[in-house]
Amino acid sequence: MSNIEGLLKQHGKPDKEVYLDWENGSLVDKEVYAEMRPYYLERTFGNPAITHRMGWETLDFFMKAKTKIAKPLNIDPQALALTHSFSESNNLAIKGIAKMNKKRKKIIVSEAEHLSVIHTAKSMFSDQYKVEIIPVSNDGTMNLDILQERINDDTLLVSLQAVNHEIGTIQPVKEALEIVKDKDDSILFHTDATSAFGRIPIDYGKVEVDLATINSNRILGPKGIAGLYIKDGIKIKSIYEGQLSLEILSPDVENPALLAGFAKAVEIQFNRFDEIKNHTQNLRDKLLYGLQTSIERTEINGPSGERRAPDNVNISYLGCEGEALTVECSMNGIYVSSGSACTSRVLMPSHILTAIGRKPEVAHGSLLMKINRLNTEEQINYVLERMPKIINRIRSITGGIEL
Amino acid sequence: MSSRIPLPYAPRVLELFQNPQNLGRMEDATVYAAAGSPACGDMIAFYLKLDEPNALIIKSSFESYGCASNIAAASQLTIMIENKSLEEAWKITWADVSEALGGLPSVKTHCGSLAVGALRRAIRTYYKEKELKLPTWLPEELSKDEKHALEEEALAEKLAKKYKLLEKRD
Repeated sequence: MSNIEGLLKQHGKPDKEVYLDWENGSLVDKEVYAEMRPYYLERTFGNPAITHRMGWETLDFFMKAKTKIAKPLNIDPQALALTHSFSESNNLAIKGIAKMNKKRKKIIVSEAEHLSVIHTAKSMFSDQYKVEIIPVSNDGTMNLDILQERINDDTLLVSLQAVNHEIGTIQPVKEALEIVKDKDDSILFHTDATSAFGRIPIDYGKVEVDLATINSNRILGPKGIAGLYIKDGIKIKSIYEGQLSLEILSPDVENPALLAGFAKAVEIQFNRFDEIKNHTQNLRDKLLYGLQTSIERTEINGPSGERRAPDNVNISYLGCEGEALTVECSMNGIYVSSGSACTSRVLMPSHILTAIGRKPEVAHGSLLMKINRLNTEEQINYVLERMPKIINRIRSITGGIEL
Repeated sequence: MSSRIPLPYAPRVLELFQNPQNLGRMEDATVYAAAGSPACGDMIAFYLKLDEPNALIIKSSFESYGCASNIAAASQLTIMIENKSLEEAWKITWADVSEALGGLPSVKTHCGSLAVGALRRAIRTYYKEKELKLPTWLPEELSKDEKHALEEEALAEKLAKKYKLLEKRD
Protein backbone atom coordinates (compact mmCIF):
# COMPACT_ATOMS: atom_id res chain seq x y z
CA MET A 1 0.00 0.00 0.00
CA SER A 2 1.38 3.39 -0.93
CA ASN A 3 1.68 6.10 1.67
CA ILE A 4 -1.14 8.11 0.13
CA GLU A 5 -3.52 5.17 0.21
CA GLY A 6 -2.61 4.67 3.86
CA LEU A 7 -3.12 8.37 4.53
CA LEU A 8 -6.59 8.26 3.01
CA LYS A 9 -7.43 5.13 5.01
CA GLN A 10 -6.25 6.79 8.23
CA HIS A 11 -8.31 9.88 7.35
CA GLY A 12 -11.51 7.95 6.53
CA LYS A 13 -14.51 9.43 4.77
CA PRO A 14 -16.38 11.86 7.01
CA ASP A 15 -20.15 11.31 7.31
CA LYS A 16 -20.82 14.82 6.15
CA GLU A 17 -18.75 16.70 3.60
CA VAL A 18 -18.80 20.37 2.59
CA TYR A 19 -16.57 21.49 -0.27
CA LEU A 20 -15.54 25.14 -0.09
CA ASP A 21 -12.21 25.00 -1.95
CA TRP A 22 -13.67 26.24 -5.25
CA GLU A 23 -10.63 28.48 -5.66
CA ASN A 24 -8.36 25.50 -6.16
CA GLY A 25 -10.52 23.13 -8.15
CA SER A 26 -14.15 22.63 -9.18
CA LEU A 27 -16.21 19.74 -10.44
CA VAL A 28 -18.20 20.01 -13.65
CA ASP A 29 -21.90 20.81 -13.39
CA LYS A 30 -24.14 17.84 -14.35
CA GLU A 31 -25.87 19.76 -17.12
CA VAL A 32 -22.47 20.86 -18.44
CA TYR A 33 -21.26 17.29 -18.46
CA ALA A 34 -24.40 16.12 -20.31
CA GLU A 35 -23.73 18.77 -22.94
CA MET A 36 -20.09 17.68 -23.33
CA ARG A 37 -20.66 13.94 -23.58
CA PRO A 38 -21.86 13.67 -27.21
CA TYR A 39 -18.91 15.81 -28.30
CA TYR A 40 -16.60 13.08 -27.06
CA LEU A 41 -18.62 10.15 -28.36
CA GLU A 42 -20.29 11.15 -31.59
CA ARG A 43 -20.37 14.83 -32.55
CA THR A 44 -17.93 17.29 -34.21
CA PHE A 45 -14.69 15.58 -33.40
CA GLY A 46 -13.23 16.55 -36.79
CA ASN A 47 -10.48 19.14 -36.97
CA PRO A 48 -12.01 22.54 -37.79
CA ALA A 49 -9.11 23.45 -40.08
CA ILE A 50 -9.54 20.53 -42.49
CA THR A 51 -11.64 20.67 -45.67
CA HIS A 52 -14.18 17.94 -45.15
CA ARG A 53 -17.73 17.84 -43.86
CA MET A 54 -16.64 16.76 -40.37
CA GLY A 55 -14.14 19.61 -40.18
CA TRP A 56 -16.67 22.21 -41.33
CA GLU A 57 -19.17 20.88 -38.82
CA THR A 58 -16.66 21.51 -36.05
CA LEU A 59 -15.89 24.95 -37.45
CA ASP A 60 -19.58 25.81 -37.43
CA PHE A 61 -19.88 24.58 -33.85
CA PHE A 62 -16.84 26.64 -32.74
CA MET A 63 -18.29 29.86 -34.14
CA LYS A 64 -21.63 29.29 -32.41
CA ALA A 65 -20.09 28.27 -29.07
CA LYS A 66 -17.77 31.27 -29.00
CA THR A 67 -20.75 33.51 -29.68
CA LYS A 68 -22.40 32.13 -26.54
CA ILE A 69 -19.31 32.85 -24.41
CA ALA A 70 -18.79 36.32 -25.90
CA LYS A 71 -22.38 37.45 -25.35
CA PRO A 72 -22.34 38.20 -21.60
CA LEU A 73 -19.02 40.04 -21.99
CA ASN A 74 -20.50 42.16 -24.78
CA ILE A 75 -17.59 41.43 -27.11
CA ASP A 76 -17.17 40.25 -30.68
CA PRO A 77 -16.87 36.42 -30.70
CA GLN A 78 -13.98 36.76 -33.15
CA ALA A 79 -12.06 38.63 -30.46
CA LEU A 80 -12.10 35.66 -28.09
CA ALA A 81 -9.04 33.41 -28.24
CA LEU A 82 -9.32 30.02 -26.58
CA THR A 83 -6.48 28.74 -24.38
CA HIS A 84 -6.00 25.77 -22.07
CA SER A 85 -6.08 27.60 -18.75
CA PHE A 86 -6.33 31.04 -17.18
CA SER A 87 -2.60 30.81 -16.43
CA GLU A 88 -1.92 30.36 -20.15
CA SER A 89 -4.22 33.30 -20.91
CA ASN A 90 -2.30 35.51 -18.47
CA ASN A 91 1.04 34.37 -19.89
CA LEU A 92 -0.21 35.02 -23.41
CA ALA A 93 -1.51 38.47 -22.51
CA ILE A 94 1.89 39.58 -21.20
CA LYS A 95 4.45 37.66 -23.26
CA GLY A 96 2.38 37.67 -26.46
CA ILE A 97 1.99 41.45 -26.33
CA ALA A 98 5.68 41.94 -25.53
CA LYS A 99 6.67 39.82 -28.54
CA MET A 100 4.87 42.17 -30.91
CA ASN A 101 5.77 45.46 -29.23
CA LYS A 102 9.50 45.83 -28.79
CA LYS A 103 9.73 49.59 -28.30
CA ARG A 104 8.11 50.06 -24.92
CA LYS A 105 9.80 48.32 -22.03
CA LYS A 106 7.69 48.77 -18.91
CA ILE A 107 5.11 46.33 -17.58
CA ILE A 108 2.99 47.37 -14.59
CA VAL A 109 1.03 44.94 -12.41
CA SER A 110 -0.61 45.17 -9.00
CA GLU A 111 0.97 43.53 -5.98
CA ALA A 112 -2.12 41.37 -5.43
CA GLU A 113 -2.26 39.78 -8.89
CA HIS A 114 -2.39 36.03 -9.30
CA LEU A 115 1.09 34.45 -9.48
CA SER A 116 0.47 33.63 -13.16
CA VAL A 117 0.56 37.40 -13.75
CA ILE A 118 3.28 38.38 -11.25
CA HIS A 119 5.66 35.54 -12.16
CA THR A 120 5.10 36.09 -15.88
CA ALA A 121 5.80 39.80 -15.54
CA LYS A 122 8.93 39.16 -13.47
CA SER A 123 10.13 36.59 -16.00
CA MET A 124 10.35 39.47 -18.51
CA PHE A 125 13.30 40.99 -16.62
CA SER A 126 15.62 38.74 -18.61
CA ASP A 127 14.32 40.31 -21.83
CA GLN A 128 15.28 43.78 -20.57
CA TYR A 129 11.76 44.69 -19.55
CA LYS A 130 11.18 46.79 -16.47
CA VAL A 131 8.47 45.56 -14.13
CA GLU A 132 6.70 47.82 -11.66
CA ILE A 133 4.63 46.31 -8.90
CA ILE A 134 1.97 48.75 -7.67
CA PRO A 135 1.12 48.39 -3.96
CA VAL A 136 -2.40 47.77 -2.70
CA SER A 137 -4.26 49.19 0.29
CA ASN A 138 -5.01 47.12 3.40
CA ASP A 139 -8.17 45.81 1.75
CA GLY A 140 -6.31 44.83 -1.43
CA THR A 141 -7.31 47.74 -3.69
CA MET A 142 -4.65 48.91 -6.15
CA ASN A 143 -3.25 52.34 -5.30
CA LEU A 144 -4.37 54.44 -8.28
CA ASP A 145 -2.27 57.48 -7.32
CA ILE A 146 0.88 55.40 -7.54
CA LEU A 147 -0.34 53.89 -10.82
CA GLN A 148 -0.77 57.40 -12.19
CA GLU A 149 2.76 58.32 -11.10
CA ARG A 150 4.39 55.27 -12.62
CA ILE A 151 2.86 55.15 -16.11
CA ASN A 152 4.92 56.91 -18.76
CA ASP A 153 5.66 56.81 -22.48
CA ASP A 154 7.78 53.69 -21.97
CA THR A 155 4.83 51.73 -20.54
CA LEU A 156 3.73 48.80 -22.65
CA LEU A 157 1.09 47.13 -20.53
CA VAL A 158 -0.82 47.53 -17.28
CA SER A 159 -2.42 44.43 -15.74
CA LEU A 160 -5.02 44.69 -12.98
CA GLN A 161 -7.26 41.81 -11.96
CA ALA A 162 -11.02 42.41 -11.84
CA VAL A 163 -11.52 40.52 -8.57
CA ASN A 164 -8.84 39.28 -6.22
CA HIS A 165 -8.96 35.48 -6.07
CA GLU A 166 -7.92 35.23 -2.45
CA ILE A 167 -9.46 38.09 -0.50
CA GLY A 168 -12.28 39.02 -2.90
CA THR A 169 -11.38 42.67 -3.53
CA ILE A 170 -13.31 44.09 -6.48
CA GLN A 171 -10.64 46.22 -8.16
CA PRO A 172 -11.33 49.68 -9.66
CA VAL A 173 -10.70 48.47 -13.22
CA LYS A 174 -12.78 51.20 -14.86
CA GLU A 175 -10.97 53.99 -12.95
CA ALA A 176 -7.53 52.46 -13.58
CA LEU A 177 -8.33 52.09 -17.27
CA GLU A 178 -9.35 55.76 -17.48
CA ILE A 179 -6.14 56.87 -15.76
CA VAL A 180 -4.03 54.79 -18.14
CA LYS A 181 -5.83 55.78 -21.34
CA ASP A 182 -6.00 59.48 -20.37
CA LYS A 183 -2.24 59.46 -19.99
CA ASP A 184 -1.48 57.59 -23.19
CA ASP A 185 -3.97 55.78 -25.38
CA SER A 186 -1.27 53.41 -26.67
CA ILE A 187 -0.65 51.80 -23.28
CA LEU A 188 -2.41 48.43 -23.30
CA PHE A 189 -4.63 47.36 -20.43
CA HIS A 190 -5.12 43.72 -19.41
CA THR A 191 -7.50 42.50 -16.74
CA ASP A 192 -7.46 39.01 -15.26
CA ALA A 193 -11.20 38.41 -14.83
CA THR A 194 -10.79 34.77 -13.75
CA SER A 195 -12.47 35.30 -10.38
CA ALA A 196 -14.89 37.97 -11.66
CA PHE A 197 -16.41 36.23 -14.68
CA GLY A 198 -19.91 35.13 -13.72
CA ARG A 199 -19.60 36.74 -10.25
CA ILE A 200 -19.88 40.47 -10.91
CA PRO A 201 -21.29 42.34 -13.94
CA ILE A 202 -18.70 42.81 -16.66
CA ASP A 203 -19.17 44.71 -19.93
CA TYR A 204 -16.08 45.07 -22.11
CA GLY A 205 -18.17 46.83 -24.75
CA LYS A 206 -18.38 49.71 -22.25
CA VAL A 207 -15.26 49.32 -20.12
CA GLU A 208 -12.93 48.99 -23.06
CA VAL A 209 -10.02 46.99 -21.75
CA ASP A 210 -7.64 45.65 -24.40
CA LEU A 211 -7.25 42.16 -23.01
CA ALA A 212 -9.20 40.08 -20.51
CA THR A 213 -8.70 36.59 -19.11
CA ILE A 214 -11.77 34.42 -18.47
CA ASN A 215 -12.01 30.90 -17.14
CA SER A 216 -14.32 27.88 -17.43
CA ASN A 217 -13.68 25.77 -14.32
CA ARG A 218 -14.51 28.61 -11.88
CA ILE A 219 -18.09 28.56 -13.20
CA LEU A 220 -18.33 24.74 -13.12
CA GLY A 221 -17.23 24.26 -16.71
CA PRO A 222 -14.46 21.76 -17.50
CA LYS A 223 -10.80 22.29 -16.65
CA GLY A 224 -8.41 22.55 -19.60
CA ILE A 225 -10.09 25.46 -21.35
CA ALA A 226 -10.11 29.22 -20.79
CA GLY A 227 -10.23 32.37 -22.87
CA LEU A 228 -8.40 35.57 -23.62
CA TYR A 229 -10.38 38.48 -25.01
CA ILE A 230 -8.22 40.54 -27.37
CA LYS A 231 -9.75 43.79 -28.59
CA ASP A 232 -9.82 44.22 -32.36
CA GLY A 233 -6.57 45.74 -33.65
CA ILE A 234 -4.31 44.65 -30.76
CA LYS A 235 -1.11 42.99 -32.01
CA ILE A 236 -0.25 39.79 -30.19
CA LYS A 237 1.76 36.68 -30.99
CA SER A 238 1.48 33.09 -29.79
CA ILE A 239 3.91 32.13 -27.01
CA TYR A 240 4.51 28.60 -28.20
CA GLU A 241 4.72 27.02 -31.61
CA GLY A 242 2.73 24.29 -33.27
CA GLN A 243 0.66 23.49 -36.32
CA LEU A 244 -1.66 26.38 -36.98
CA SER A 245 -5.33 25.70 -36.76
CA LEU A 246 -8.40 27.71 -35.90
CA GLU A 247 -6.96 29.06 -32.65
CA ILE A 248 -3.74 30.59 -33.94
CA LEU A 249 -2.67 31.83 -30.49
CA SER A 250 -2.96 28.35 -29.02
CA PRO A 251 -1.78 26.09 -31.83
CA ASP A 252 -3.11 22.61 -31.11
CA VAL A 253 -5.94 20.35 -32.17
CA GLU A 254 -9.07 22.03 -30.81
CA ASN A 255 -11.19 20.18 -28.25
CA PRO A 256 -14.90 20.64 -29.06
CA ALA A 257 -16.09 18.80 -25.94
CA LEU A 258 -14.29 21.25 -23.63
CA LEU A 259 -15.65 24.18 -25.60
CA ALA A 260 -19.18 22.75 -25.47
CA GLY A 261 -18.83 22.50 -21.70
CA PHE A 262 -17.39 26.01 -21.37
CA ALA A 263 -20.24 27.48 -23.45
CA LYS A 264 -22.87 25.59 -21.46
CA ALA A 265 -21.34 26.71 -18.14
CA VAL A 266 -21.45 30.33 -19.35
CA GLU A 267 -25.06 29.94 -20.44
CA ILE A 268 -26.15 28.55 -17.05
CA GLN A 269 -24.14 31.06 -15.01
CA PHE A 270 -25.47 34.10 -16.87
CA ASN A 271 -29.07 32.89 -17.31
CA ARG A 272 -29.20 32.59 -13.53
CA PHE A 273 -26.80 35.46 -12.77
CA ASP A 274 -28.93 37.40 -10.25
CA GLU A 275 -30.22 34.29 -8.53
CA ILE A 276 -26.69 32.86 -8.16
CA LYS A 277 -25.31 36.20 -6.96
CA ASN A 278 -28.01 36.55 -4.31
CA HIS A 279 -27.66 32.95 -3.19
CA THR A 280 -23.87 33.04 -2.82
CA GLN A 281 -23.86 36.52 -1.28
CA ASN A 282 -26.42 35.51 1.37
CA LEU A 283 -24.43 32.41 2.28
CA ARG A 284 -21.18 34.41 2.21
CA ASP A 285 -22.54 36.93 4.70
CA LYS A 286 -23.93 34.20 6.92
CA LEU A 287 -20.59 32.39 6.96
CA LEU A 288 -18.29 35.42 7.13
CA TYR A 289 -20.08 37.24 9.93
CA GLY A 290 -21.17 34.01 11.63
CA LEU A 291 -17.57 32.87 12.00
CA GLN A 292 -16.42 36.31 13.06
CA THR A 293 -18.99 36.55 15.85
CA SER A 294 -18.80 32.97 17.12
CA ILE A 295 -14.99 32.74 17.26
CA GLU A 296 -12.72 35.06 19.22
CA ARG A 297 -9.49 36.57 17.89
CA THR A 298 -10.31 36.61 14.19
CA GLU A 299 -9.51 39.09 11.46
CA ILE A 300 -11.38 39.31 8.16
CA ASN A 301 -9.03 39.60 5.19
CA GLY A 302 -10.28 41.82 2.36
CA PRO A 303 -12.99 44.46 2.06
CA SER A 304 -16.54 44.30 3.41
CA GLY A 305 -19.84 45.13 1.77
CA GLU A 306 -20.26 45.86 -1.92
CA ARG A 307 -16.54 45.91 -2.63
CA ARG A 308 -16.13 42.26 -1.72
CA ALA A 309 -16.80 39.50 -4.30
CA PRO A 310 -20.09 37.71 -3.54
CA ASP A 311 -18.41 34.34 -3.05
CA ASN A 312 -15.37 35.15 -0.90
CA VAL A 313 -14.81 34.34 2.79
CA ASN A 314 -11.26 34.81 4.07
CA ILE A 315 -10.58 34.97 7.80
CA SER A 316 -7.41 34.72 9.90
CA TYR A 317 -7.72 32.81 13.17
CA LEU A 318 -5.01 34.08 15.49
CA GLY A 319 -3.08 31.42 17.36
CA CYS A 320 -3.70 28.84 14.64
CA GLU A 321 -1.38 27.68 11.89
CA GLY A 322 -3.30 27.41 8.63
CA GLU A 323 -2.04 24.12 7.27
CA ALA A 324 -2.95 22.35 10.52
CA LEU A 325 -6.34 24.06 10.25
CA THR A 326 -6.96 22.74 6.73
CA VAL A 327 -6.15 19.21 7.93
CA GLU A 328 -8.41 19.53 10.98
CA CYS A 329 -11.19 20.94 8.77
CA SER A 330 -10.67 17.99 6.43
CA MET A 331 -11.11 15.54 9.33
CA ASN A 332 -14.46 17.23 9.87
CA GLY A 333 -15.38 16.95 6.19
CA ILE A 334 -14.82 20.64 5.47
CA TYR A 335 -12.49 21.26 2.52
CA VAL A 336 -10.76 24.66 2.43
CA SER A 337 -7.31 26.15 1.77
CA SER A 338 -4.91 28.45 3.62
CA GLY A 339 -2.47 31.25 2.86
CA SER A 340 -0.02 29.80 5.36
CA ALA A 341 3.62 29.28 4.39
CA CYS A 342 3.58 25.68 5.45
CA THR A 343 3.34 24.19 1.99
CA SER A 344 6.75 25.47 0.97
CA ARG A 345 10.25 25.56 2.45
CA VAL A 346 10.60 29.29 1.87
CA LEU A 347 8.37 29.88 4.91
CA MET A 348 6.69 32.88 3.32
CA PRO A 349 2.94 33.29 3.63
CA SER A 350 0.62 34.24 0.75
CA HIS A 351 1.97 37.26 -1.16
CA ILE A 352 -1.50 38.80 -1.11
CA LEU A 353 -1.85 38.72 2.67
CA THR A 354 1.66 40.15 2.85
CA ALA A 355 0.70 42.86 0.34
CA ILE A 356 -2.23 44.01 2.49
CA GLY A 357 0.13 44.33 5.45
CA ARG A 358 -0.89 41.26 7.42
CA LYS A 359 1.78 40.24 9.89
CA PRO A 360 3.14 36.74 9.18
CA GLU A 361 1.49 35.23 12.26
CA VAL A 362 -1.88 36.60 11.09
CA ALA A 363 -1.36 35.45 7.50
CA HIS A 364 -0.35 31.96 8.65
CA GLY A 365 -3.73 31.53 10.35
CA SER A 366 -5.83 32.39 7.31
CA LEU A 367 -8.46 30.17 5.73
CA LEU A 368 -10.01 30.79 2.34
CA MET A 369 -13.54 29.54 1.78
CA LYS A 370 -15.45 30.17 -1.41
CA ILE A 371 -19.19 29.85 -1.83
CA ASN A 372 -20.48 28.21 -4.97
CA ARG A 373 -24.03 28.05 -6.29
CA LEU A 374 -23.99 24.33 -5.40
CA ASN A 375 -23.48 25.08 -1.68
CA THR A 376 -26.58 25.02 0.52
CA GLU A 377 -27.60 26.85 3.66
CA GLU A 378 -27.58 23.55 5.52
CA GLN A 379 -23.91 23.09 4.59
CA ILE A 380 -23.06 26.57 5.84
CA ASN A 381 -24.87 25.84 9.12
CA TYR A 382 -22.74 22.72 9.48
CA VAL A 383 -19.53 24.70 8.94
CA LEU A 384 -20.67 27.32 11.47
CA GLU A 385 -21.41 24.60 13.97
CA ARG A 386 -18.05 22.84 13.53
CA MET A 387 -15.57 25.67 13.11
CA PRO A 388 -15.42 26.85 16.76
CA LYS A 389 -14.44 23.30 17.80
CA ILE A 390 -11.87 23.06 15.01
CA ILE A 391 -10.28 26.38 16.01
CA ASN A 392 -10.30 25.40 19.69
CA ARG A 393 -8.49 22.16 19.04
CA ILE A 394 -5.74 23.77 16.98
CA ARG A 395 -5.40 26.57 19.57
CA SER A 396 -5.07 23.93 22.28
CA ILE A 397 -2.08 22.46 20.41
CA THR A 398 -0.49 25.92 20.15
CA GLY A 399 -1.13 26.11 23.89
CA GLY A 400 0.94 28.70 25.68
CA ILE A 401 3.31 29.48 22.83
CA GLU A 402 3.38 33.23 22.65
CA LEU A 403 2.76 34.69 19.20
CA MET B 1 -2.01 31.42 -2.29
CA SER B 2 1.61 30.75 -2.15
CA SER B 3 2.98 28.22 -4.60
CA ARG B 4 1.77 24.77 -3.70
CA ILE B 5 3.26 21.34 -3.60
CA PRO B 6 1.62 17.96 -2.91
CA LEU B 7 2.17 16.70 0.65
CA PRO B 8 1.61 12.96 0.82
CA TYR B 9 1.78 12.53 4.59
CA ALA B 10 2.38 9.05 5.95
CA PRO B 11 -0.57 7.63 7.95
CA ARG B 12 1.43 7.97 11.18
CA VAL B 13 1.61 11.75 10.73
CA LEU B 14 -2.15 11.99 10.49
CA GLU B 15 -2.59 9.56 13.39
CA LEU B 16 -0.43 11.70 15.70
CA PHE B 17 -2.06 14.88 14.41
CA GLN B 18 -5.49 13.47 15.30
CA ASN B 19 -4.38 12.12 18.63
CA PRO B 20 -1.15 13.80 19.73
CA GLN B 21 0.72 12.06 22.54
CA ASN B 22 2.30 14.12 25.33
CA LEU B 23 0.66 17.37 24.29
CA GLY B 24 0.57 20.39 26.56
CA ARG B 25 2.47 22.57 28.96
CA MET B 26 4.18 20.79 31.87
CA GLU B 27 3.93 22.78 35.09
CA ASP B 28 6.64 20.84 36.98
CA ALA B 29 9.13 20.62 34.12
CA THR B 30 12.82 20.54 35.00
CA VAL B 31 13.65 22.40 31.84
CA TYR B 32 11.90 24.11 28.95
CA ALA B 33 13.04 25.33 25.51
CA ALA B 34 11.43 26.52 22.30
CA ALA B 35 12.66 26.69 18.72
CA GLY B 36 11.38 28.31 15.56
CA SER B 37 9.26 31.42 15.28
CA PRO B 38 5.64 32.43 14.83
CA ALA B 39 6.69 34.63 11.89
CA CYS B 40 7.71 31.49 10.03
CA GLY B 41 4.51 29.72 11.11
CA ASP B 42 6.59 27.06 12.70
CA MET B 43 7.41 26.77 16.40
CA ILE B 44 7.88 23.96 18.92
CA ALA B 45 8.14 24.17 22.71
CA PHE B 46 9.62 21.24 24.64
CA TYR B 47 9.21 20.42 28.35
CA LEU B 48 11.37 17.81 30.08
CA LYS B 49 10.95 16.27 33.53
CA LEU B 50 14.25 14.72 34.60
CA ASP B 51 15.52 12.22 37.09
CA GLU B 52 18.46 14.52 37.65
CA PRO B 53 20.93 12.29 39.52
CA ASN B 54 20.70 9.69 36.73
CA ALA B 55 20.36 12.19 33.85
CA LEU B 56 17.19 10.38 32.75
CA ILE B 57 14.08 11.77 31.05
CA ILE B 58 11.07 10.68 33.09
CA LYS B 59 8.52 12.40 30.89
CA SER B 60 8.34 15.07 28.25
CA SER B 61 5.67 17.12 26.54
CA PHE B 62 5.33 19.65 23.73
CA GLU B 63 3.31 22.50 22.34
CA SER B 64 3.34 23.29 18.64
CA TYR B 65 2.40 26.23 16.50
CA GLY B 66 2.81 24.63 13.12
CA CYS B 67 1.56 22.32 10.43
CA ALA B 68 0.38 18.74 10.81
CA SER B 69 3.89 17.33 10.32
CA ASN B 70 5.31 19.80 12.84
CA ILE B 71 2.82 18.57 15.46
CA ALA B 72 3.44 14.92 14.57
CA ALA B 73 7.25 15.32 14.63
CA ALA B 74 7.20 16.93 18.08
CA SER B 75 4.81 14.30 19.45
CA GLN B 76 6.83 11.45 17.93
CA LEU B 77 10.00 12.77 19.50
CA THR B 78 8.42 12.90 22.98
CA ILE B 79 7.51 9.23 22.56
CA MET B 80 11.04 8.36 21.41
CA ILE B 81 12.77 9.97 24.41
CA GLU B 82 10.58 8.49 27.14
CA ASN B 83 12.78 6.88 29.81
CA LYS B 84 15.89 7.60 27.77
CA SER B 85 19.07 9.08 29.18
CA LEU B 86 19.91 12.64 28.13
CA GLU B 87 22.78 11.22 26.10
CA GLU B 88 20.48 8.83 24.21
CA ALA B 89 17.97 11.64 23.63
CA TRP B 90 20.69 13.95 22.34
CA LYS B 91 21.74 11.39 19.75
CA ILE B 92 18.32 11.16 18.09
CA THR B 93 18.45 12.83 14.65
CA TRP B 94 15.78 14.35 12.44
CA ALA B 95 16.22 11.33 10.16
CA ASP B 96 15.26 9.03 13.07
CA VAL B 97 12.14 11.13 13.71
CA SER B 98 11.25 11.15 10.03
CA GLU B 99 11.70 7.38 9.80
CA ALA B 100 9.51 6.79 12.86
CA LEU B 101 6.82 8.88 11.17
CA GLY B 102 6.95 6.74 8.04
CA GLY B 103 8.91 9.41 6.16
CA LEU B 104 8.27 13.14 5.90
CA PRO B 105 7.77 14.80 2.49
CA SER B 106 11.07 16.46 1.53
CA VAL B 107 9.84 20.04 2.11
CA LYS B 108 8.79 18.95 5.59
CA THR B 109 12.07 17.45 6.80
CA HIS B 110 12.71 20.74 8.56
CA CYS B 111 9.79 19.93 10.91
CA GLY B 112 11.78 16.92 12.14
CA SER B 113 14.85 19.13 12.34
CA LEU B 114 13.03 21.79 14.34
CA ALA B 115 11.71 19.23 16.85
CA VAL B 116 15.21 17.85 17.34
CA GLY B 117 16.56 21.43 17.55
CA ALA B 118 14.09 22.28 20.33
CA LEU B 119 14.93 19.12 22.29
CA ARG B 120 18.69 19.68 22.02
CA ARG B 121 18.22 23.28 23.05
CA ALA B 122 16.34 22.06 26.14
CA ILE B 123 19.15 19.63 27.00
CA ARG B 124 21.80 22.33 26.52
CA THR B 125 19.70 24.75 28.58
CA TYR B 126 19.54 22.23 31.41
CA TYR B 127 23.32 21.97 31.70
CA LYS B 128 23.67 25.74 31.42
CA GLU B 129 20.98 26.63 33.97
CA LYS B 130 22.27 24.13 36.51
CA GLU B 131 25.84 25.24 35.80
CA LEU B 132 26.87 21.63 35.31
CA LYS B 133 29.99 20.54 33.51
CA LEU B 134 29.16 19.61 29.91
CA PRO B 135 29.28 15.82 29.44
CA THR B 136 31.66 14.54 26.79
CA TRP B 137 28.80 13.64 24.38
CA LEU B 138 27.53 17.23 24.38
CA PRO B 139 29.65 19.27 21.95
CA GLU B 140 30.51 22.91 22.70
CA GLU B 141 29.63 23.77 19.11
CA LEU B 142 25.98 23.95 18.15
CA SER B 143 24.73 20.89 16.28
CA LYS B 144 23.18 21.13 12.81
CA ASP B 145 19.59 21.00 14.06
CA GLU B 146 20.23 23.70 16.66
CA LYS B 147 21.74 25.85 13.90
CA HIS B 148 18.69 25.18 11.76
CA ALA B 149 16.49 26.57 14.51
CA LEU B 150 18.73 29.63 14.71
CA GLU B 151 18.56 30.13 10.95
CA GLU B 152 14.80 30.04 11.07
CA GLU B 153 14.72 32.53 13.91
CA ALA B 154 17.06 34.83 11.97
CA LEU B 155 14.74 34.61 8.97
CA ALA B 156 11.83 35.53 11.22
CA GLU B 157 13.72 38.58 12.41
CA LYS B 158 14.29 39.61 8.81
CA LEU B 159 10.59 39.14 8.10
CA ALA B 160 9.66 41.19 11.14
CA LYS B 161 11.94 44.01 9.97
CA LYS B 162 10.37 43.88 6.52
CA TYR B 163 6.93 44.25 8.07
CA LYS B 164 8.02 47.21 10.15
CA LEU B 165 9.22 48.78 6.92
CA LEU B 166 5.87 48.05 5.31
CA GLU B 167 4.05 49.69 8.20
CA LYS B 168 6.23 52.77 7.88
CA ARG B 169 5.43 52.93 4.18
CA ASP B 170 1.70 53.04 4.94
